[in-house]
Amino acid sequence: MDLWTLFLRAAFVENMPLTLFLGLCTFIALSKRSSSAIGLGVAIIAVMSVTTPINYLIYKALLAPGAWEWLGMPDTDLGYLKLIAFIGVIAASVQLLEIVLDRFFPAVYSAFGVFLPLLTVQCAILASSLFMVERDYNLVESAVFGFGAGTGFAVAVVMLGGIRGRLDYADLPSGLRGLGMTFTLAGMMSLGFSAFGQMVAP
Amino acid sequence: MATRTYLQTLTDPLIRQNPVTLQILGLCSALAVTTSLAVALTMSAALTAVLVLSAGPISLIRRHIPDSIRLIVQIIIVASMVIVIDQILQAYFFELSQSLSVFVSLITTNCLVLGRTEGFARHNPPFRALVDAFGNGLGYSLILILMGSLREVFGAGKLLGFQVLPTVDQGGWFTPLNLMLLAPAAFFMLGLIVWAIRSILPEQVEPLDHAPPNAERLVD
Repeated sequence: MDLWTLFLRAAFVENMPLTLFLGLCTFIALSKRSSSAIGLGVAIIAVMSVTTPINYLIYKALLAPGAWEWLGMPDTDLGYLKLIAFIGVIAASVQLLEIVLDRFFPAVYSAFGVFLPLLTVQCAILASSLFMVERDYNLVESAVFGFGAGTGFAVAVVMLGGIRGRLDYADLPSGLRGLGMTFTLAGMMSLGFSAFGQMVAP
Repeated sequence: MATRTYLQTLTDPLIRQNPVTLQILGLCSALAVTTSLAVALTMSAALTAVLVLSAGPISLIRRHIPDSIRLIVQIIIVASMVIVIDQILQAYFFELSQSLSVFVSLITTNCLVLGRTEGFARHNPPFRALVDAFGNGLGYSLILILMGSLREVFGAGKLLGFQVLPTVDQGGWFTPLNLMLLAPAAFFMLGLIVWAIRSILPEQVEPLDHAPPNAERLVD
């Protein structure tokens, strides 16, 4: 599979929030305004394109079956530790990103606000690492996959933020206001995104 | 908070403080694994187990966790529990664990688990934390079971694998609605469930962010 196809597949065909239901909590909770949605989208792209290749290196070098062959332990399979390892890497890179931004780009840092620490428990980020292992991508592919999945998430969340901002002034039934309407909107967007399904042959 | 009885701690998360429809926690798995009732039941059981198992230890050591690294400590406890549950599922229920795919691992980052440990188990004695965790697990299971059975009945005419509505290709009258098994229907259904709950319990309705000029007409 060439890299452009992989990017399109990760961003649109397998859109994280709308077709795979990943990262929905932040997707719904932080899409109230398009400004916060843009902040979240940029942060997701940054963290995902960094953590997926790092997790690939850690998995291949330390955890995959046969990784310890050079030490004379060819049968050691530490694959079951991947969950803890990946979570650790994600938490550490979020923390690192926070420190770097705070030191060198204070304006960007204050724009992100509370979103950065929240990304530690974002299931879409962990999922992109788990998919990378499941589908056996190589280093370049996993970087492209992480970037594509992040872009897809950002596109979806910015669109939802824009629509919700407009709906603030709509006269909705009171029970549907807020959460109920957001789910219905996400459903309609998901219908739209399912049209991308035929774009890339699996 | 202090005056709540154990019974209230247990029953409040069922509808009144439901984790999925009010607290916006644990949405990913609630939508993704509800295409059939059997999968929804497994996921509910696994999540309730992780929730209860991790609330206990976190509540026990709550006075010893430094504030700055509490997220990492909590996540590691949760992740260890998830690994145990995942290995049990793979050993004894291999086919179910295949159909749940990465979602069992994703219980780790399920905001419901971290949300309850962060919001409740961290400030309360162990027994109360266990009761709260169990109640939230039940509230989550309630929504999952409701959605799982509705989607399976209307999407395939089956319930737990048994044919309830005779489909057209078997000589019956029911045409399966394929949309019910796809992603959009899950969003619509959860939206409708939220709407239904809020029509019955109007105190859950979200306040308006902006008051329009003719606000009197809207607030009724």
